[in-house]
Amino acid sequence: MIRAEPSICNYCGACVGMCPVNCIFLDETVIKINEDKCVKCGFCIRGCPMGAILADWWSK
Amino acid sequence: MKRYECDVLVIGAGPGGSMAARFAARHGLRVFLIEKRPEIGVPVRCAEGISRAWMEEVEIPVEKHWIDTEIDGAKIYSPDEKSIVVLSAEQAGNEVGFVLNREYFDKYLASLAAEEGAEIWLKSPAIDIIKEDGQVKGAIVRKFGENVEIHAKIVIAADGFESQVARWAGLNTVLRERDVVSCVQYRMTNIDIEENFTHFYIGSCAPGGYLWIFPKGENEANVGIGVALNKLHEPGEVKRYLDEFIEKHSNLRKGSVLQIVTGAVSTCPVPKRIVDNGIMLVGDAARLIDPITGGGIANACISGKYAGEVSAKCIDNPTKECLEEYQELVKKKWGRKHLRNWFVKEKLASLSDGTLNKLMDVISQVKIGEISVRAILEAVQEKYPELVEEFEDLL
Repeated sequence: MIRAEPSICNYCGACVGMCPVNCIFLDETVIKINEDKCVKCGFCIRGCPMGAILADWWSK
Repeated sequence: MKRYECDVLVIGAGPGGSMAARFAARHGLRVFLIEKRPEIGVPVRCAEGISRAWMEEVEIPVEKHWIDTEIDGAKIYSPDEKSIVVLSAEQAGNEVGFVLNREYFDKYLASLAAEEGAEIWLKSPAIDIIKEDGQVKGAIVRKFGENVEIHAKIVIAADGFESQVARWAGLNTVLRERDVVSCVQYRMTNIDIEENFTHFYIGSCAPGGYLWIFPKGENEANVGIGVALNKLHEPGEVKRYLDEFIEKHSNLRKGSVLQIVTGAVSTCPVPKRIVDNGIMLVGDAARLIDPITGGGIANACISGKYAGEVSAKCIDNPTKECLEEYQELVKKKWGRKHLRNWFVKEKLASLSDGTLNKLMDVISQVKIGEISVRAILEAVQEKYPELVEEFEDLL
């Protein structure tokens, strides 16, 4: 399970541009993540300027 | 689905998109400029520093209402902040000249596009492209909640760092981890800083990037940081680096934050392909950001102008062969420069604070105007001979 936490997200789209498999979409002010395409690289989790991307499988 | 027709569809009304729309419309083409947000220029995702030298090239008349401050030069601080290299505006290149008000600047550029006849739509995100037989022929756009088809002979993707339109079209703008820089900026008030200069801090305070203070006038400034993705290990780390820096500096610590700006930039060489049948990429969407400075506004405007003009030439034959002219213009302008700056960026990111302190100590004592590769190398040789080997390939 991976998602952008709306209470932290600044909807800047940084995660969209750094996703290597293009599975994140910024729908105006809502970040949508297509989990089926996600390869769990963690780029968006580490790279989100706000730290808003949360995943239950993430560990350092 | 409702259907619209135009010659050129520009996706994204930032500086690159507005300039592309403006120059395409100037040649009599029917141009749609679409923007997903409800307001052009908002939210700001930028440090707002630019030089002034390139504006004539793209015919942007300087207007006071979108300038917050005029800048005389840049100061670069060593990691221990004991050495400061001062660069005049001419030497410092892209990031000094003005500190913009992007909310006004972006609207001004869009109004230049509108003056030439471009039609602007807000609240209109592209949600997919229309592609037939390998040719991009428009986009599906959600205009105020209703999906519509916009058919266009040429699509210009100006959708910024997200660069989604490119990838829908099959163009590879995927970035390597080392070529992504994640940024957080506070617009701060009630702080003490030296106005008329932009300030840059390098080293372990901002691994693989730098920290900046750009004055906005009247004790306000953009205080921001960019850190390379390959130097980040846990969520929220970028913001913590910025908070730590502010905490350590009493002139900033006393201030308040008026706005949080976030985003990311690419720091890669120019991609191999930024055109295909019926589509061109401009600005950040084409990864045309300077790998050292992270500056992208000038490049977005210039590439937008190129794309607008090439659209006019290729409108009856919008194949990738014809649009190749745009790619060649971009490569000629930035190909070598961005490759060189990419190497320098990689080298700088690899240096320790100790080494940077020594290098900056030497450079700060070389007279301005006499700064050259040879002068720096000679000074390093004299003072820190053990470092020459480390810098030779860089210098």
